[in-house]
Amino acid sequence: MKLDEIQKRLLREIADLHTVPEGAYNIRSNSQMAGRRSTANIEITSKTDVSGMDIRIAPFTKNESVHIPVVLTQTGLKEVVYNDFFVGEGADVLIVAGCGIDNCGNQDAQHDGIHRFYVGKNAHVKYVEKHYGSGEGTGKRILNPGTEVYQEEGSLVEMEMVQIKGVDDTVRTTTAELKAGAKLLVRERLMTHGQQRAISTYVVNLNGAGATADVVSRSVARDDSYQKFDAKIVGNAPCSGHTECDSIIMDNGRILAVPGLEANDLDAALVHEAAIGKIAGEQLTKLMTLGLTEAEAEEQIINGFLQ
Amino acid sequence: MLKLENVSFQVAEERGDKEIIRGVSLTVPENKLVVITGPNGGGKSTLARLIAGIETPTEGRIYFKGEDITDLGITDRARRGIAYAFQTPVRFKGIRVKDLIRIASGKQLSTAGACAYLSAVGMCARDYIDREVNASLSGGELKRIEIATVLARGAALSVFDEPEAGIDLWSFQNLIEVFENMRKTIQNSSILIISHQERILNIADEIVVLKDGKVEAQGPREQVLPRVMGTPSAVSECHMISRKGGIDA
Repeated sequence: MKLDEIQKRLLREIADLHTVPEGAYNIRSNSQMAGRRSTANIEITSKTDVSGMDIRIAPFTKNESVHIPVVLTQTGLKEVVYNDFFVGEGADVLIVAGCGIDNCGNQDAQHDGIHRFYVGKNAHVKYVEKHYGSGEGTGKRILNPGTEVYQEEGSLVEMEMVQIKGVDDTVRTTTAELKAGAKLLVRERLMTHGQQRAISTYVVNLNGAGATADVVSRSVARDDSYQKFDAKIVGNAPCSGHTECDSIIMDNGRILAVPGLEANDLDAALVHEAAIGKIAGEQLTKLMTLGLTEAEAEEQIINGFLQ
Repeated sequence: MLKLENVSFQVAEERGDKEIIRGVSLTVPENKLVVITGPNGGGKSTLARLIAGIETPTEGRIYFKGEDITDLGITDRARRGIAYAFQTPVRFKGIRVKDLIRIASGKQLSTAGACAYLSAVGMCARDYIDREVNASLSGGELKRIEIATVLARGAALSVFDEPEAGIDLWSFQNLIEVFENMRKTIQNSSILIISHQERILNIADEIVVLKDGKVEAQGPREQVLPRVMGTPSAVSECHMISRKGGIDA
Protein backbone atom coordinates (compact mmCIF):
# COMPACT_ATOMS: atom_id res chain seq x y z
CA MET A 1 0.00 0.00 0.00
CA LYS A 2 1.32 3.41 -0.95
CA LEU A 3 1.11 6.41 1.36
CA ASP A 4 0.07 9.81 0.04
CA GLU A 5 1.69 13.11 1.00
CA ILE A 6 -0.73 13.84 3.87
CA GLN A 7 -0.14 10.40 5.35
CA LYS A 8 3.62 10.85 5.05
CA ARG A 9 3.39 14.23 6.77
CA LEU A 10 1.40 12.69 9.64
CA LEU A 11 4.04 9.98 10.00
CA ARG A 12 6.76 12.61 10.26
CA GLU A 13 4.80 14.45 12.97
CA ILE A 14 4.05 11.47 15.17
CA ALA A 15 7.05 9.20 14.71
CA ASP A 16 9.78 11.36 13.13
CA LEU A 17 9.58 8.83 10.33
CA HIS A 18 10.90 9.96 6.96
CA THR A 19 11.38 6.52 5.48
CA VAL A 20 10.64 2.97 6.53
CA PRO A 21 11.92 2.57 10.11
CA GLU A 22 14.73 0.27 11.16
CA GLY A 23 13.77 -2.80 13.14
CA ALA A 24 10.26 -4.13 13.51
CA TYR A 25 7.32 -1.99 12.44
CA ASN A 26 3.68 -1.91 11.52
CA ILE A 27 2.14 1.06 9.77
CA ARG A 28 -1.64 1.33 9.93
CA SER A 29 -3.38 3.72 7.58
CA ASN A 30 -7.17 4.20 7.46
CA SER A 31 -7.71 0.86 9.19
CA GLN A 32 -5.51 -0.98 6.67
CA MET A 33 -2.04 -2.36 7.10
CA ALA A 34 0.33 -0.22 5.03
CA GLY A 35 3.46 -2.14 5.91
CA ARG A 36 4.84 -4.59 8.46
CA ARG A 37 8.13 -6.22 9.34
CA SER A 38 8.98 -8.66 12.09
CA THR A 39 12.57 -9.33 13.07
CA ALA A 40 14.34 -12.37 14.51
CA ASN A 41 13.52 -11.19 18.04
CA ILE A 42 10.33 -9.22 17.54
CA GLU A 43 7.30 -10.88 16.06
CA ILE A 44 4.22 -8.93 15.01
CA THR A 45 1.03 -10.86 14.25
CA SER A 46 -2.54 -9.71 13.62
CA LYS A 47 -5.23 -10.57 16.13
CA THR A 48 -7.98 -12.77 14.81
CA ASP A 49 -10.85 -11.93 17.16
CA VAL A 50 -10.57 -8.12 17.20
CA SER A 51 -8.71 -5.45 15.27
CA GLY A 52 -5.13 -5.14 16.44
CA MET A 53 -1.82 -6.92 16.88
CA ASP A 54 0.24 -9.03 19.23
CA ILE A 55 3.84 -7.90 19.48
CA ARG A 56 6.12 -10.49 21.04
CA ILE A 57 9.59 -9.44 22.07
CA ALA A 58 11.92 -12.34 22.84
CA PRO A 59 13.71 -12.45 26.23
CA PHE A 60 17.04 -10.60 26.38
CA THR A 61 16.46 -8.75 23.11
CA LYS A 62 18.73 -5.71 23.31
CA ASN A 63 18.69 -2.31 21.63
CA GLU A 64 15.90 -3.06 19.21
CA SER A 65 12.93 -0.91 18.35
CA VAL A 66 9.31 -1.32 17.32
CA HIS A 67 7.43 1.41 15.47
CA ILE A 68 3.63 1.13 15.24
CA PRO A 69 2.30 4.44 13.90
CA VAL A 70 -1.32 4.96 12.92
CA VAL A 71 -2.63 7.54 10.47
CA LEU A 72 -6.21 8.48 9.67
CA THR A 73 -7.16 10.69 6.75
CA GLN A 74 -10.70 9.51 6.07
CA THR A 75 -13.48 11.60 7.54
CA GLY A 76 -16.09 9.61 9.44
CA LEU A 77 -13.74 6.74 10.20
CA LYS A 78 -14.00 5.31 13.70
CA GLU A 79 -11.88 2.44 14.93
CA VAL A 80 -10.95 0.62 18.11
CA VAL A 81 -7.62 -1.21 18.02
CA TYR A 82 -6.14 -3.58 20.57
CA ASN A 83 -2.38 -3.96 20.63
CA ASP A 84 -0.70 -6.27 23.14
CA PHE A 85 3.00 -6.15 23.86
CA PHE A 86 4.68 -9.15 25.46
CA VAL A 87 8.13 -8.06 26.51
CA GLY A 88 10.39 -10.97 27.48
CA GLU A 89 12.58 -11.12 30.56
CA GLY A 90 15.65 -8.91 30.45
CA ALA A 91 14.77 -7.32 27.10
CA ASP A 92 15.66 -3.68 26.45
CA VAL A 93 13.56 -2.08 23.71
CA LEU A 94 12.18 1.17 22.37
CA ILE A 95 8.52 1.20 21.32
CA VAL A 96 7.28 4.16 19.31
CA ALA A 97 3.52 4.45 18.87
CA GLY A 98 1.48 7.43 17.89
CA CYS A 99 -1.52 8.53 15.95
CA GLY A 100 -1.99 11.31 13.46
CA ILE A 101 -5.42 12.34 12.18
CA ASP A 102 -6.02 14.65 9.25
CA ASN A 103 -9.72 15.34 9.00
CA CYS A 104 -10.82 17.56 6.14
CA GLY A 105 -14.43 16.44 6.17
CA ASN A 106 -17.45 17.21 8.27
CA GLN A 107 -17.69 13.92 10.14
CA ASP A 108 -15.69 12.95 13.21
CA ALA A 109 -12.61 10.77 12.83
CA GLN A 110 -11.77 8.67 15.85
CA HIS A 111 -9.04 6.25 16.86
CA ASP A 112 -9.20 4.44 20.18
CA GLY A 113 -5.97 2.55 20.73
CA ILE A 114 -5.90 0.13 23.62
CA HIS A 115 -2.32 -0.86 24.45
CA ARG A 116 -1.48 -3.54 26.96
CA PHE A 117 2.09 -4.11 28.09
CA TYR A 118 3.17 -7.29 29.79
CA VAL A 119 6.69 -6.47 30.87
CA GLY A 120 8.91 -9.36 31.97
CA LYS A 121 11.38 -9.53 34.84
CA ASN A 122 14.14 -6.93 34.69
CA ALA A 123 13.05 -5.83 31.24
CA HIS A 124 13.38 -2.19 30.19
CA VAL A 125 10.83 -0.56 27.90
CA LYS A 126 10.95 2.97 26.63
CA TYR A 127 7.57 3.85 25.17
CA VAL A 128 7.02 7.03 23.16
CA GLU A 129 3.54 8.04 22.06
CA LYS A 130 2.77 11.17 20.08
CA HIS A 131 -0.61 12.45 19.01
CA TYR A 132 -1.22 14.99 16.32
CA GLY A 133 -4.20 16.33 14.44
CA SER A 134 -4.63 18.53 11.38
CA GLY A 135 -7.18 19.33 8.68
CA GLU A 136 -9.62 22.16 8.15
CA GLY A 137 -12.85 20.14 8.26
CA THR A 138 -15.59 20.67 10.81
CA GLY A 139 -15.44 16.99 11.82
CA LYS A 140 -13.70 16.40 15.15
CA ARG A 141 -10.39 14.59 15.55
CA ILE A 142 -10.80 12.25 18.47
CA LEU A 143 -8.20 10.04 20.16
CA ASN A 144 -8.90 7.90 23.19
CA PRO A 145 -5.81 5.97 24.17
CA GLY A 146 -6.09 3.33 26.84
CA THR A 147 -2.87 1.99 28.28
CA GLU A 148 -2.49 -0.91 30.69
CA VAL A 149 0.91 -1.79 32.07
CA TYR A 150 1.74 -4.97 34.00
CA GLN A 151 5.28 -4.94 35.33
CA GLU A 152 7.14 -7.96 36.70
CA GLU A 153 9.88 -7.73 39.34
CA GLY A 154 12.70 -5.33 38.64
CA SER A 155 11.32 -4.07 35.35
CA LEU A 156 11.55 -0.46 34.21
CA VAL A 157 9.03 1.29 32.00
CA GLU A 158 9.57 4.84 30.79
CA MET A 159 6.60 6.43 29.04
CA GLU A 160 6.68 9.66 27.13
CA MET A 161 3.27 10.87 26.01
CA VAL A 162 3.02 13.96 23.84
CA GLN A 163 -0.03 15.72 22.42
CA ILE A 164 0.76 19.22 21.30
CA LYS A 165 -1.54 20.07 18.46
CA GLY A 166 -4.80 19.56 16.72
CA VAL A 167 -6.59 16.82 18.66
CA ASP A 168 -10.11 17.97 19.54
CA ASP A 169 -11.06 15.43 22.11
CA THR A 170 -9.01 13.01 24.16
CA VAL A 171 -9.77 10.74 27.04
CA ARG A 172 -6.57 9.03 28.10
CA THR A 173 -6.70 6.27 30.65
CA THR A 174 -3.54 4.70 31.96
CA THR A 175 -3.35 2.00 34.58
CA ALA A 176 -0.29 0.20 35.89
CA GLU A 177 0.38 -2.70 38.25
CA LEU A 178 3.90 -2.95 39.60
CA LYS A 179 5.55 -5.89 41.34
CA ALA A 180 8.55 -5.71 43.68
CA GLY A 181 11.40 -3.48 42.55
CA ALA A 182 9.61 -2.37 39.39
CA LYS A 183 9.80 1.23 38.32
CA LEU A 184 7.45 3.36 36.21
CA LEU A 185 8.36 6.81 34.92
CA VAL A 186 5.75 8.82 33.04
CA ARG A 187 6.33 12.15 31.33
CA GLU A 188 3.23 13.64 29.78
CA ARG A 189 3.20 16.85 27.75
CA LEU A 190 -0.03 18.32 26.59
CA MET A 191 -1.21 21.48 24.88
CA THR A 192 -4.82 22.24 24.01
CA HIS A 193 -6.24 25.03 21.84
CA GLY A 194 -9.59 26.30 20.64
CA GLN A 195 -12.50 24.32 22.01
CA GLN A 196 -10.41 21.20 22.67
CA ARG A 197 -10.93 18.94 25.63
CA ALA A 198 -8.40 16.54 27.11
CA ILE A 199 -8.84 14.24 30.05
CA SER A 200 -6.00 12.17 31.41
CA THR A 201 -6.47 9.63 34.16
CA TYR A 202 -3.80 7.52 35.81
CA VAL A 203 -4.15 4.79 38.37
CA VAL A 204 -0.83 3.27 39.41
CA ASN A 205 -0.82 0.39 41.88
CA LEU A 206 2.47 -0.22 43.65
CA ASN A 207 2.00 -3.80 44.79
CA GLY A 208 5.52 -5.04 45.57
CA ALA A 209 8.24 -3.95 47.97
CA GLY A 210 10.51 -1.31 46.49
CA ALA A 211 8.22 -0.47 43.59
CA THR A 212 8.45 3.16 42.50
CA ALA A 213 6.41 5.43 40.26
CA ASP A 214 6.95 8.97 39.07
CA VAL A 215 4.11 10.47 37.04
CA VAL A 216 4.78 14.00 35.81
CA SER A 217 2.52 16.07 33.59
CA ARG A 218 3.26 19.45 32.07
CA SER A 219 0.44 21.08 30.20
CA VAL A 220 -0.74 24.29 28.61
CA ALA A 221 -4.43 25.13 28.06
CA ARG A 222 -5.06 27.98 25.62
CA ASP A 223 -8.14 29.68 24.11
CA ASP A 224 -11.32 28.03 25.42
CA SER A 225 -9.86 24.57 25.96
CA TYR A 226 -10.34 22.36 29.00
CA GLN A 227 -8.09 19.77 30.64
CA LYS A 228 -8.48 17.40 33.50
CA PHE A 229 -5.50 15.61 35.00
CA ASP A 230 -6.40 12.93 37.48
CA ALA A 231 -3.45 10.93 38.75
CA LYS A 232 -3.74 8.45 41.55
CA ILE A 233 -0.94 6.41 43.04
CA VAL A 234 -1.83 3.56 45.36
CA GLY A 235 0.84 2.17 47.68
CA ASN A 236 0.03 -1.40 48.68
CA ALA A 237 3.55 -2.28 49.87
CA PRO A 238 6.70 -0.52 51.09
CA CYS A 239 7.15 1.68 48.02
CA SER A 240 7.59 5.24 46.84
CA GLY A 241 5.45 7.26 44.49
CA HIS A 242 5.42 10.82 43.22
CA THR A 243 2.97 12.60 40.99
CA GLU A 244 3.25 16.13 39.67
CA CYS A 245 1.00 18.28 37.55
CA ASP A 246 2.36 21.59 36.43
CA SER A 247 0.17 23.69 34.17
CA ILE A 248 -0.03 27.02 32.42
CA ILE A 249 -3.40 28.52 31.59
CA MET A 250 -3.87 31.19 28.93
CA ASP A 251 -6.84 33.10 27.49
CA ASN A 252 -9.97 31.31 28.77
CA GLY A 253 -8.26 27.95 29.26
CA ARG A 254 -9.42 25.85 32.20
CA ILE A 255 -7.66 23.03 34.05
CA LEU A 256 -8.76 20.71 36.79
CA ALA A 257 -5.94 18.86 38.56
CA VAL A 258 -6.88 16.00 40.86
CA PRO A 259 -3.78 14.48 42.35
CA GLY A 260 -4.60 11.45 44.45
CA LEU A 261 -2.62 9.28 46.83
CA GLU A 262 -3.69 6.17 48.66
CA ALA A 263 -1.41 4.47 51.18
CA ASN A 264 -2.38 0.97 52.26
CA ASP A 265 0.99 0.13 53.78
CA LEU A 266 2.78 1.90 56.63
CA ASP A 267 5.98 2.11 54.58
CA ALA A 268 4.42 3.57 51.47
CA ALA A 269 5.96 7.01 50.85
CA LEU A 270 3.77 9.00 48.49
CA VAL A 271 4.03 12.63 47.38
CA HIS A 272 1.99 14.79 45.08
CA GLU A 273 2.51 18.27 43.71
CA ALA A 274 0.18 20.35 41.56
CA ALA A 275 0.47 23.90 40.33
CA ILE A 276 -1.65 25.86 37.88
CA GLY A 277 -1.11 29.46 36.87
CA LYS A 278 -0.69 31.90 34.04
CA ILE A 279 2.71 32.85 32.65
CA ALA A 280 4.40 35.08 35.22
CA GLY A 281 4.54 38.68 34.03
CA GLU A 282 8.16 38.98 35.08
CA GLN A 283 9.11 36.04 32.82
CA LEU A 284 7.70 37.94 29.85
CA THR A 285 9.43 41.13 31.00
CA LYS A 286 12.80 39.41 31.33
CA LEU A 287 12.69 37.95 27.82
CA MET A 288 11.49 41.28 26.42
CA THR A 289 14.51 43.01 27.97
CA LEU A 290 16.54 40.53 25.90
CA GLY A 291 14.91 41.90 22.75
CA LEU A 292 11.98 39.51 22.19
CA THR A 293 8.46 40.76 21.51
CA GLU A 294 5.76 39.75 23.96
CA ALA A 295 4.48 37.06 21.56
CA GLU A 296 8.00 35.67 21.00
CA ALA A 297 8.61 35.64 24.74
CA GLU A 298 5.37 33.73 25.30
CA GLU A 299 6.38 31.17 22.69
CA GLN A 300 9.83 30.65 24.27
CA ILE A 301 8.31 30.18 27.72
CA ILE A 302 5.77 27.61 26.49
CA ASN A 303 8.29 25.75 24.32
CA GLY A 304 10.66 25.52 27.26
CA PHE A 305 7.90 24.46 29.63
CA LEU A 306 6.77 21.66 27.33
CA GLN A 307 10.28 20.48 26.46
CA MET B 1 24.54 57.98 25.63
CA LEU B 2 21.57 58.28 28.00
CA LYS B 3 19.87 61.43 29.13
CA LEU B 4 16.99 61.83 31.57
CA GLU B 5 15.21 65.16 31.51
CA ASN B 6 13.05 66.14 34.43
CA VAL B 7 11.70 62.59 34.84
CA SER B 8 8.94 61.96 37.39
CA PHE B 9 7.06 58.80 38.26
CA GLN B 10 3.94 58.48 40.35
CA VAL B 11 2.00 55.48 41.51
CA ALA B 12 -1.62 55.51 42.61
CA GLU B 13 -2.10 54.55 46.24
CA GLU B 14 -5.09 54.42 48.51
CA ARG B 15 -4.27 57.76 50.10
CA GLY B 16 -3.65 59.53 46.80
CA ASP B 17 -0.77 59.43 44.34
CA LYS B 18 2.73 58.79 45.60
CA GLU B 19 5.64 60.32 43.77
CA ILE B 20 8.60 57.93 43.68
CA ILE B 21 10.79 59.82 41.24
CA ARG B 22 10.65 63.59 41.38
CA GLY B 23 12.05 65.61 38.50
CA VAL B 24 15.26 63.67 37.96
CA SER B 25 17.68 64.89 35.31
CA LEU B 26 20.93 63.08 34.69
CA THR B 27 23.30 61.98 31.94
CA VAL B 28 25.22 58.75 31.47
CA PRO B 29 28.08 59.75 29.14
CA GLU B 30 29.61 57.39 26.59
CA ASN B 31 32.52 55.25 27.79
CA LYS B 32 31.68 55.88 31.43
CA LEU B 33 30.66 53.72 34.35
CA VAL B 34 28.04 55.54 36.42
CA VAL B 35 26.82 54.30 39.79
CA ILE B 36 23.53 55.46 41.27
CA THR B 37 23.56 55.19 45.05
CA GLY B 38 21.43 56.42 47.90
CA PRO B 39 19.44 55.13 50.85
CA ASN B 40 16.93 52.32 50.49
CA GLY B 41 13.55 53.50 49.27
CA GLY B 42 15.11 56.47 47.50
CA GLY B 43 13.85 55.38 44.07
CA LYS B 44 17.04 53.81 42.62
CA SER B 45 15.45 50.61 41.32
CA THR B 46 12.45 52.50 39.96
CA LEU B 47 14.82 54.70 37.98
CA ALA B 48 16.45 51.60 36.46
CA ARG B 49 13.04 50.20 35.52
CA LEU B 50 12.11 53.53 33.89
CA ILE B 51 15.29 53.35 31.79
CA ALA B 52 14.59 49.75 30.71
CA GLY B 53 11.01 50.66 29.80
CA ILE B 54 9.36 48.43 32.38
CA GLU B 55 7.76 51.56 33.84
CA THR B 56 6.79 54.70 31.92
CA PRO B 57 7.46 58.13 33.40
CA THR B 58 4.47 60.23 34.32
CA GLU B 59 6.47 63.30 33.32
CA GLY B 60 9.76 64.13 31.61
CA ARG B 61 11.66 62.61 28.67
CA ILE B 62 14.30 59.92 28.25
CA TYR B 63 16.82 60.14 25.39
CA PHE B 64 19.07 57.31 24.23
CA LYS B 65 21.79 58.09 21.67
CA GLY B 66 19.91 61.29 20.89
CA GLU B 67 16.58 59.60 20.25
CA ASP B 68 13.53 60.24 22.44
CA ILE B 69 12.66 56.74 23.71
CA THR B 70 10.16 57.80 26.39
CA ASP B 71 7.23 56.20 24.59
CA LEU B 72 9.05 53.04 23.46
CA GLY B 73 8.32 49.70 25.11
CA ILE B 74 10.75 47.23 26.65
CA THR B 75 11.43 45.27 23.43
CA ASP B 76 12.15 48.35 21.33
CA ARG B 77 14.52 49.76 23.92
CA ALA B 78 16.30 46.40 24.18
CA ARG B 79 16.70 46.28 20.40
CA ARG B 80 18.13 49.79 20.39
CA GLY B 81 20.84 48.66 22.80
CA ILE B 82 19.68 48.85 26.40
CA ALA B 83 20.38 45.79 28.56
CA TYR B 84 18.98 45.39 32.05
CA ALA B 85 19.92 42.99 34.84
CA PHE B 86 17.12 42.30 37.30
CA GLN B 87 17.72 42.71 41.00
CA THR B 88 15.80 39.47 41.61
CA PRO B 89 16.46 37.16 38.65
CA VAL B 90 13.47 35.45 37.08
CA ARG B 91 13.16 31.65 37.11
CA PHE B 92 11.93 29.62 34.16
CA LYS B 93 10.85 26.01 34.12
CA GLY B 94 12.26 24.25 31.08
CA ILE B 95 14.42 27.10 29.77
CA ARG B 96 18.06 26.18 30.08
CA VAL B 97 20.95 28.48 30.88
CA LYS B 98 22.26 28.16 27.34
CA ASP B 99 18.82 28.99 25.88
CA LEU B 100 18.70 32.20 27.87
CA ILE B 101 22.23 33.19 26.87
CA ARG B 102 21.43 32.42 23.22
CA ILE B 103 18.30 34.57 23.31
CA ALA B 104 20.32 37.34 24.95
CA SER B 105 23.05 37.21 22.32
CA GLY B 106 20.42 37.37 19.57
CA LYS B 107 22.33 34.93 17.40
CA GLN B 108 23.01 31.24 16.94
CA LEU B 109 25.59 30.82 19.63
CA SER B 110 27.64 27.65 19.98
CA THR B 111 27.72 25.96 23.37
CA ALA B 112 31.34 27.03 23.70
CA GLY B 113 30.31 30.61 22.93
CA ALA B 114 27.63 30.50 25.62
CA CYS B 115 30.10 28.99 28.07
CA ALA B 116 32.44 31.95 27.64
CA TYR B 117 29.85 34.26 29.21
CA LEU B 118 29.40 31.94 32.18
CA SER B 119 33.14 31.71 32.69
CA ALA B 120 33.24 35.50 32.65
CA VAL B 121 31.00 35.58 35.73
CA GLY B 122 33.12 32.98 37.49
CA MET B 123 30.95 29.93 36.89
CA CYS B 124 32.20 26.56 35.83
CA ALA B 125 30.34 26.65 32.53
CA ARG B 126 30.24 22.89 31.95
CA ASP B 127 28.28 22.39 35.19
CA TYR B 128 25.63 24.96 34.38
CA ILE B 129 25.13 25.32 30.64
CA ASP B 130 22.45 22.60 30.38
CA ARG B 131 20.77 23.33 33.71
CA GLU B 132 17.28 24.77 33.75
CA VAL B 133 16.99 28.33 35.05
CA ASN B 134 14.70 27.17 37.83
CA ALA B 135 14.48 26.91 41.58
CA SER B 136 17.21 24.26 41.68
CA LEU B 137 19.76 27.08 41.30
CA SER B 138 20.76 29.16 44.30
CA GLY B 139 20.17 32.89 44.51
CA GLY B 140 23.86 33.57 43.87
CA GLU B 141 23.97 31.26 40.86
CA LEU B 142 20.86 32.87 39.35
CA LYS B 143 22.35 36.29 39.92
CA ARG B 144 25.53 35.42 38.06
CA ILE B 145 23.56 33.88 35.20
CA GLU B 146 21.51 37.08 35.08
CA ILE B 147 24.68 39.10 34.72
CA ALA B 148 25.96 36.66 32.06
CA THR B 149 22.82 37.32 30.00
CA VAL B 150 23.54 41.03 30.12
CA LEU B 151 27.16 40.44 29.05
CA ALA B 152 25.87 38.32 26.17
CA ARG B 153 23.72 41.22 24.98
CA GLY B 154 26.85 43.24 24.26
CA ALA B 155 24.62 46.29 24.61
CA ALA B 156 25.51 49.98 24.26
CA LEU B 157 24.09 50.62 27.72
CA SER B 158 24.09 47.94 30.42
CA VAL B 159 21.98 48.65 33.51
CA PHE B 160 22.49 46.54 36.64
CA ASP B 161 20.00 46.82 39.49
CA GLU B 162 21.81 46.03 42.75
CA PRO B 163 23.99 43.27 41.36
CA GLU B 164 25.30 42.50 44.85
CA ALA B 165 21.87 41.81 46.34
CA GLY B 166 21.38 38.22 47.38
CA ILE B 167 24.88 36.95 46.71
CA ASP B 168 27.57 35.76 49.08
CA LEU B 169 30.82 37.50 49.75
CA TRP B 170 32.89 35.16 47.60
CA SER B 171 30.64 35.77 44.61
CA PHE B 172 30.79 39.47 45.33
CA GLN B 173 34.58 39.51 44.94
CA ASN B 174 34.10 37.84 41.61
CA LEU B 175 31.47 40.33 40.60
CA ILE B 176 33.78 43.25 41.21
CA GLU B 177 36.24 41.65 38.79
CA VAL B 178 33.47 41.28 36.21
CA PHE B 179 32.68 44.99 36.43
CA GLU B 180 36.38 45.92 36.39
CA ASN B 181 36.76 43.93 33.17
CA MET B 182 33.68 45.55 31.68
CA ARG B 183 35.11 48.94 32.64
CA LYS B 184 38.35 48.14 30.79
CA THR B 185 36.55 47.17 27.59
CA ILE B 186 33.90 49.86 27.72
CA GLN B 187 34.62 51.34 24.24
CA ASN B 188 31.52 52.82 22.64
CA SER B 189 29.33 51.71 25.50
CA SER B 190 28.29 52.75 28.99
CA ILE B 191 27.48 51.00 32.24
CA LEU B 192 24.95 52.07 34.84
CA ILE B 193 24.96 50.26 38.17
CA ILE B 194 22.48 50.72 41.00
CA SER B 195 24.46 49.99 44.15
CA HIS B 196 25.51 51.34 47.48
CA GLN B 197 28.50 49.04 47.79
CA GLU B 198 31.68 50.96 48.49
CA ARG B 199 33.74 48.69 46.23
CA ILE B 200 31.44 49.30 43.30
CA LEU B 201 31.44 53.03 43.98
CA ASN B 202 35.24 52.84 43.92
CA ILE B 203 35.30 51.79 40.27
CA ALA B 204 32.75 54.41 39.16
CA ASP B 205 33.65 57.29 36.87
CA GLU B 206 30.65 59.21 38.09
CA ILE B 207 28.31 58.87 41.03
CA VAL B 208 24.70 59.97 41.37
CA VAL B 209 23.11 60.11 44.83
CA LEU B 210 19.36 59.61 44.77
CA LYS B 211 17.35 60.39 47.88
CA ASP B 212 13.59 60.70 48.26
CA GLY B 213 13.25 60.43 44.49
CA LYS B 214 15.51 63.41 43.82
CA VAL B 215 19.12 63.77 42.76
CA GLU B 216 20.95 64.93 45.86
CA ALA B 217 24.39 64.98 44.31
CA GLN B 218 26.05 64.00 41.06
CA GLY B 219 29.52 64.33 39.66
CA PRO B 220 32.91 62.64 39.27
CA ARG B 221 33.70 59.96 41.87
CA GLU B 222 36.49 62.02 43.41
CA GLN B 223 34.01 64.74 44.30
CA VAL B 224 30.99 62.71 45.35
CA LEU B 225 32.47 59.66 47.09
CA PRO B 226 34.04 61.53 50.06
CA ARG B 227 30.66 63.07 50.78
CA VAL B 228 28.80 59.76 50.99
CA MET B 229 31.43 57.62 52.76
CA GLY B 230 30.14 56.25 56.03
CA THR B 231 26.50 56.90 55.10
CA PRO B 232 23.99 54.29 53.88
CA SER B 233 24.96 55.36 50.35
CA ALA B 234 28.40 53.73 50.64
CA VAL B 235 28.62 50.55 52.67
CA SER B 236 31.42 48.00 52.92
CA GLU B 237 31.24 44.25 52.23
CA CYS B 238 31.19 43.58 55.98
CA HIS B 239 27.82 45.26 55.93
CA MET B 240 26.67 42.50 53.58
CA ILE B 241 27.67 39.85 56.08
CA SER B 242 25.89 41.49 58.95
CA ARG B 243 22.88 42.02 56.73
CA LYS B 244 22.86 38.35 55.80
CA GLY B 245 22.84 37.53 59.47
CA GLY B 246 19.77 39.65 59.81
CA ILE B 247 21.34 42.13 62.25
CA ASP B 248 21.41 45.18 60.08
CA ALA B 249 19.11 46.64 57.47
